[in-house]
Amino acid sequence: MAILTSKVNTRDEQFKTNHTAMQGVVDDLQQKVAQIKQGGGPKYQERHLSRGKLLPRDRINKLLDAGSPFLEIGQFAAWDCYDDYVPSAGVVAGIGMVEGVECMIVANDATVKGGTYYPLTVKKHLRAQEIAERCHLPCIYLVDSGGANLPRQDEVFPDKEHFGRIFFNQANMSAKGIPQIAVVMGLCTAGGAYVPAMADESVIVKEQGTIFLAGPPLVKAATGEEVSAEELGGADVHTRISGVADHFAHNDEHALALARRSVARLNRPKPTELDRREVKPPRYDSKELYGIVGTDLRKPYDVHEVIARVVDDSDFDEFKANYGNTLVTGFARIHGYPVGIVANNGILFSESAQKGAHFIELCAQRKIPLVFLQNITGFMVGKKYEAEGIAKHGAKMVMAVSCAQVPKFTVLIGGSYGAGNYGMCGRAYDPTMMFMWPNARISVMGGEQAAGVMAQVTKDNLARKGESMSDEQEQKLKQPIVDQYEQQGHPYYASARLWDDGIIDPAQTRDVLGLSIAASLNAPIEDSRFGVFRM
Amino acid sequence: MITSLLIANRGEIACRIIATAKKMGIRTIAVYSDADSHARHVKLADEAINIGPAASSESYLRGDKIIAAAKQTGAEAIHPGYGFLSENEDFADLCQQQNIIFVGPPVASIASMGSKSAAKAIMQEAGVPLVPGYHGSEQDAETLKAKAEEVGFPLLLKAAYGGGGKGMRVVESLAEFDQALASAKREAKSSFGNDKVLFERFIRNPRHVEIQVFCDEHGNAVYLAERDCSVQRRHQKVLEEAPAPALTERTRQAMGEAAIKAAQAIDYVGAGTVEFLYDQSGEFFFMEMNTRLQVEHPVTELITGQDLVEWQLLVASGQPLPLAQNDIQVNGHAFEARIYAEDPDNDFLPCTGTIRHLRTPEGEPGVRIDTGITEGDEISSFYDPMIAKLIVWDTDRDRALLKLQRALRQYRLTGLTTNIDFLHRLASHPEFVQMNLTTEFIQQHEQSLMPQLDIDVNQVATEAALYDIVSRQQAHSATAYFATDSPWHQANALRMNDADLHTVELQYQDQLHSITIEQRDAVFVTEAADSELQWQVSINDDQMTVVCNGRHYQRFVCADDQELTVFTEQGPVTLHRHKVTDTLVDEAAHGGLVAPMNGTIMEVLVSKGDSVEKDQPLVIMEAMKMEYTIRAGHAGEVTDVFYAAGDLVSDGDELIAMTEEA
Repeated sequence: MAILTSKVNTRDEQFKTNHTAMQGVVDDLQQKVAQIKQGGGPKYQERHLSRGKLLPRDRINKLLDAGSPFLEIGQFAAWDCYDDYVPSAGVVAGIGMVEGVECMIVANDATVKGGTYYPLTVKKHLRAQEIAERCHLPCIYLVDSGGANLPRQDEVFPDKEHFGRIFFNQANMSAKGIPQIAVVMGLCTAGGAYVPAMADESVIVKEQGTIFLAGPPLVKAATGEEVSAEELGGADVHTRISGVADHFAHNDEHALALARRSVARLNRPKPTELDRREVKPPRYDSKELYGIVGTDLRKPYDVHEVIARVVDDSDFDEFKANYGNTLVTGFARIHGYPVGIVANNGILFSESAQKGAHFIELCAQRKIPLVFLQNITGFMVGKKYEAEGIAKHGAKMVMAVSCAQVPKFTVLIGGSYGAGNYGMCGRAYDPTMMFMWPNARISVMGGEQAAGVMAQVTKDNLARKGESMSDEQEQKLKQPIVDQYEQQGHPYYASARLWDDGIIDPAQTRDVLGLSIAASLNAPIEDSRFGVFRM
Repeated sequence: MITSLLIANRGEIACRIIATAKKMGIRTIAVYSDADSHARHVKLADEAINIGPAASSESYLRGDKIIAAAKQTGAEAIHPGYGFLSENEDFADLCQQQNIIFVGPPVASIASMGSKSAAKAIMQEAGVPLVPGYHGSEQDAETLKAKAEEVGFPLLLKAAYGGGGKGMRVVESLAEFDQALASAKREAKSSFGNDKVLFERFIRNPRHVEIQVFCDEHGNAVYLAERDCSVQRRHQKVLEEAPAPALTERTRQAMGEAAIKAAQAIDYVGAGTVEFLYDQSGEFFFMEMNTRLQVEHPVTELITGQDLVEWQLLVASGQPLPLAQNDIQVNGHAFEARIYAEDPDNDFLPCTGTIRHLRTPEGEPGVRIDTGITEGDEISSFYDPMIAKLIVWDTDRDRALLKLQRALRQYRLTGLTTNIDFLHRLASHPEFVQMNLTTEFIQQHEQSLMPQLDIDVNQVATEAALYDIVSRQQAHSATAYFATDSPWHQANALRMNDADLHTVELQYQDQLHSITIEQRDAVFVTEAADSELQWQVSINDDQMTVVCNGRHYQRFVCADDQELTVFTEQGPVTLHRHKVTDTLVDEAAHGGLVAPMNGTIMEVLVSKGDSVEKDQPLVIMEAMKMEYTIRAGHAGEVTDVFYAAGDLVSDGDELIAMTEEA
């Protein structure tokens, strides 16, 4: 037992200021999400409903077990990315429990541009599949899509990580014994036809679902044959004649009930058991994270205060507490599961990087999932540090993070800059899941630093010509860079591009991590084998 | 003293007898049919012997098998309980021949009371009051009028060869007699070709009051007060009480003495009940004598403080009665409500099924429950559908009645239809409270005894939904670190960056109610008309403690994967879980010509190819000791007959196929 004692004073002015600021960004986040959840808007939603179809989020609600959480991924996908408004990139995806089995659900939203695939729709669909493959989660595709977005065919069709990869993934997941279930609740044309066709088991809804390689207009154009969509590829045709689909559903609700039955007969016991203990909530209110962290990234705080509001019983058994203490490492539990916590408490030095590498190896050896709480401006710079080999020490940590085969979960709780992002398991290091707080920022370096670097380079160039720059000119040069970094480092910008799996309310961090860890345990934890550590 | 006792019965009465026998140190032997192998009475007894198949005629009514079981186990005595062989003189005789003590009256006493007309003749001889009447052949107007005056008014005048109410009339006074007689004779003559009439005293709104008597072999006889069993349906008692309300001490004593006279007239030994019709005027008339322990004996036990089964066993052992008449004191008031598996809204049709959930007020002060049923038991069509007897006692009638009403609300049973709610309506009916009792009570108050449909379904459905949600969450908390559990089982409907909304879809009487409840940590929020309601809920077994906007109350809910039953102040309300597949069952499979319950086909009245009219009887079946007629729903031709007489059928089996409605 190593219970953390909070030193936070909730009556403190700074705490109140921080709280108000964080509440502001959380409110903004929730408002945006409320809008995103309206899909294509009332007009298209009404049209959709008038056809007797359910909206994608209602389909998911009915598919899930009563009260099941839904760990949505890519909520902000495609936010402000295209001229078209494409909320959630036109596809709702996430993990939910169906018949007691955690499943990855991918549901097209036909109210958003007919559910067609924009580049980020493809990226999101593939990301959902990646998580499923990684965690061995059965996939349930609720198909209702017009297929590839034709005007953007060059960005969705030809490349490796484009549309075709969806079916490649289905085939390979099926080969690994990860069930693939398709429910055809609308159009499923051309390439889309392969979603049910490649599925292990499929359901199709009467007078709603259609599967065909070419729709009636294309058939008419090609051969002159006139045929209705239902005759060409409706539920009756495919369940009675062609065998393309397996189960005939009378309506959406029935189809979802059939999909549930299909999951109920999968026979999937969970393979991985961790040494789980009684679940105890943290001793401190998670809402206090608002007042501790705030939104001003330059204001330091003790990351132990964050840990105390995330881990069970606020019990944190710290490892190497007195060594390299700008990185906090230690053992704790989240929802009863053992985890190794790696959290920034300042800039990374050689010692902290070595400690981090050591701790990550330890967790990999013991098969304990890792949680990275990332708030890092980077590694220490300067002559002294380069001389002591901070690059090779940093490399050790990057090596450990890269090769650790335990489930890894990264939460950006503040800044995520430069090589710090690498050592702390940024997107490139394949965290099983990665989330961002609404106050966080991500970029190669801070906006001020980038502007400073640019200004310095310009000044150096001018100096070579014997010229100089006024303060006003310098400010004029720097401001657009600062603005650009602020915009591109913003969580909405990052999450829209799927650099992470979603923006979360800090108060939900513990639940989100608990659900993620539990989901990841559907896959066995492999032994880790590390590369050559530069000593 | 008897040292071993075989109980030739089942259900609550077998359990009841075993309890007393055990208390007295007597070894107990139960008998059971194949259907009862796991029954409570089998578990309670020291030994139990299987006596054959489920049907009573092949088990509990088989005296030879019971005697064999007694021989096998060395039982000294047999207690027959009530029903089955309890008033069977042949069985009593058989016991005697086999040197086994029959806990009941001598064979001759049973025989004397077996025939109603013979019994009446004996009673008349002994001077026990009978309903006065005239059945003679002297038919001249003068004689009839004189006889009528003797009989007393009002009287009921009937055509001797009549039927169907023709020629029948109530005559209120002597003045009306001549005219009534003339018109009755006219009508009898024209309808039946014979103008012979008979008459007897018409007892308007009578009550059923009975006396518990006890006699021993030493010539002692006492009565243990009376019971009022007026509230009946289909001539079966539903609600009994003791002592009978609004009876004068004189009448009480007169009835008791008459009852003893009746018992002594047939040299009675043991426990018996003399039933009287009680006229509101205070007169009473012998109806019949039951030569056994009655179902409703507990009310007598509670007001006298005696154990009647113990008395029976003492008397059967040849011992004298424990108390003399003067020592028998009546204290307080008791009610018994018979809980049946039956549908009061459907002509009290017996119901079968499995008891899925059972919580009773057992253990509450002044509450006694006699039952042979436990949770998980099945009520089959083989035996009487009684589930339990709920008996309450308190210092006076008002208090006992209040206790009865409360105990009925606390009796929580699901899985099949019962009369519990009906009993509550009866017990709280103003006329019942006012002691305006009559054997016609249920018919007379049919309308006001109907269920009052003033349920706030939305409120009840919200409570059911909360129970559903919170019980799931509590189950998670209890097992949170088991391998089978995970944060996914929190069931908190967590959504990211949005309200956590629970939607529970429940069906009440074919209407779908979709209840949406927002969860904010441990608080649940629902939308009310122009505000929101905040709920905090905790559950212990079926008990839900609710705090809703500051109002703190208890609700009992029983839930399974099919339905949720909320026990409200207005009675239990059952809501079915919305199941998608249910709505898609092929409706053609549900013709009208199906067995309404498990039972046996008595007679098939049509053959394949017959043309039938609408409502024509097609099949007669028997279930739970009652006959049911299956009629054609429309005119048409019989295209198939699936069963023959004697076949066993299950609830929902198609019996007859017919052509479609033209």
